[in-house]
Amino acid sequence: MKILLLAEHDNCHLNSATARTVSAASKLGGEVHVLIAGYRAKAAAEQAVKLSGVDLVLLAESVSLEHMLAEPTAALIVELSSQYDILMAPATANGKNIMPRVAALLDVMQISDVIEIVSPDTFKRPIYAGSAIQTLRSPERIKVLTVRTSAFDPADTDGSAGIQVIDFVPTATVSMHIESQINNSDRPELGAARIIIAGGRALGSKERFDEVILHFADKLSAAVGASRAAVDAGYAPNDWQIGQTGKVVAPDLYVACGISGAIQHLAGMKDSKVIVAINTDEDAPIFQIADYGLVANLFEAIPVIESALNLD
Amino acid sequence: MKVLVAVKQVIDSNVKIRVRQDKSGIDLANAKKSINPFDEIAVEEAVRLKEVGKIDEIVLVSIGPSQAQEAIRVGLAMGADRGILIQAEYPIEPLSVAKLLKAVIADELPQMVILGKQAIDDDCNQTGQMLAGLLDWGQATFAQSINLIEDVVEVTREVDGGLQTIRLNLPAIITTDLRLNEPRYVSLPGLMKAKKKRIDIKAVNGFGIDITPRLQIIETNEPPLRKSGIKVASAMELVEKLRNEAFVL
Repeated sequence: MKILLLAEHDNCHLNSATARTVSAASKLGGEVHVLIAGYRAKAAAEQAVKLSGVDLVLLAESVSLEHMLAEPTAALIVELSSQYDILMAPATANGKNIMPRVAALLDVMQISDVIEIVSPDTFKRPIYAGSAIQTLRSPERIKVLTVRTSAFDPADTDGSAGIQVIDFVPTATVSMHIESQINNSDRPELGAARIIIAGGRALGSKERFDEVILHFADKLSAAVGASRAAVDAGYAPNDWQIGQTGKVVAPDLYVACGISGAIQHLAGMKDSKVIVAINTDEDAPIFQIADYGLVANLFEAIPVIESALNLD
Repeated sequence: MKVLVAVKQVIDSNVKIRVRQDKSGIDLANAKKSINPFDEIAVEEAVRLKEVGKIDEIVLVSIGPSQAQEAIRVGLAMGADRGILIQAEYPIEPLSVAKLLKAVIADELPQMVILGKQAIDDDCNQTGQMLAGLLDWGQATFAQSINLIEDVVEVTREVDGGLQTIRLNLPAIITTDLRLNEPRYVSLPGLMKAKKKRIDIKAVNGFGIDITPRLQIIETNEPPLRKSGIKVASAMELVEKLRNEAFVL
């Protein structure tokens, strides 16, 4: 069996979502080829060869692939697909954007957001915001999967695969990249962080979100998440949203501050190893899944926690 | 310019989902149904484009049982012009939906198709991308803003790490994200007035498209339960527990 895995990267750095998807691929068994589709992306390819479980890294470089737009990237994967039994990608924004297009071009059904590999043709995935888990078998000749990265640990980095450069000739393009506004910060990514501090509507303003949540997170070297309400209100950028239709995370510690815990939010964090909830409303649904609940005003509780940890 | 908007009727997002005891699926009986929230955002965006004179006609398409007309009615009350229901029983996989939409598009010839990025029932997030692939059109998923400029459309997308703006030639496929707009409230008189708008009902058999599901659902289970936690009395106790019991600090 041969597996083609589309890597998540920004040409310079391989995203941790790739290492997690490689570990899912290793559970399938078979030969794993990682595809770096990009432009001037050798640095990303050199990181991919180190992932254990990877047998070969394919490097396709073209200006048209620089931003991983769906049309050229899907065309490239389809071009390579005849040699593979499984095509997979992390369920990142890119993976979600590209893989269904690939599946349709190959006339196969995709399985989205795989959280468990039961066997090489049988998978588990959540439906209804994680309120149910479906076990599905795919009889398709080529299986197309996206992987929920929070459900798999990253592969180790003691591998030494080779790099094979492949040619890609783009066809007439229907889409064009104009600009990217990526929030640069030194904070860990949500998908890779050991600790996540998340804030909700109770923060009340962007200023207070920054003052309280960002301060707390930075002291713990944590990533920052937010509820939909906090993002909609403009306290936090869209890509911090945790939930059914936002990011799905499973850190060692998730601290929900002033988040009531709508099912759509819980869908994005309930597999965290330890969940802490701080909320003034003792009946808030977040307490039903919290390992440690503190009924308190977060503006009072967080400074006490910070000083107890000698973080100031 | 004509725009097609795909709408799906789903179990209302506030309904608590019950998994059947025999693991055969979700108990759908009597559950309140609504238009999929992302599709409602898609309809709203089309209506706003029509209100500023950038498009002329909005056609809604739904694929589902007779009851799915209710979702179309909501979209018509918001301001869409007419609807098409392709009558079929669930489950219908995204690939089949994309093929049926392609057939409707061959007939209606819209310049743009707007869909929700995902349905909140199966959470697949596939249909728009599949449709774009089948048509060989450009795609802009997870739209946060849409700017229609004659024969191109510029879309700002919600991506990991921030936002990305791309330009697509028309015709094109767009899928909506949460912050594209806030859908208007549909009043009862609005719903009544929408009853006069036309909904064409077509039988799925007439399309000659095989919609037999490809994937076999083996079973549907409740998610594993978390063991219940405790309430701590103070911030100090919380720190103590996280350090000495959970070992995460």
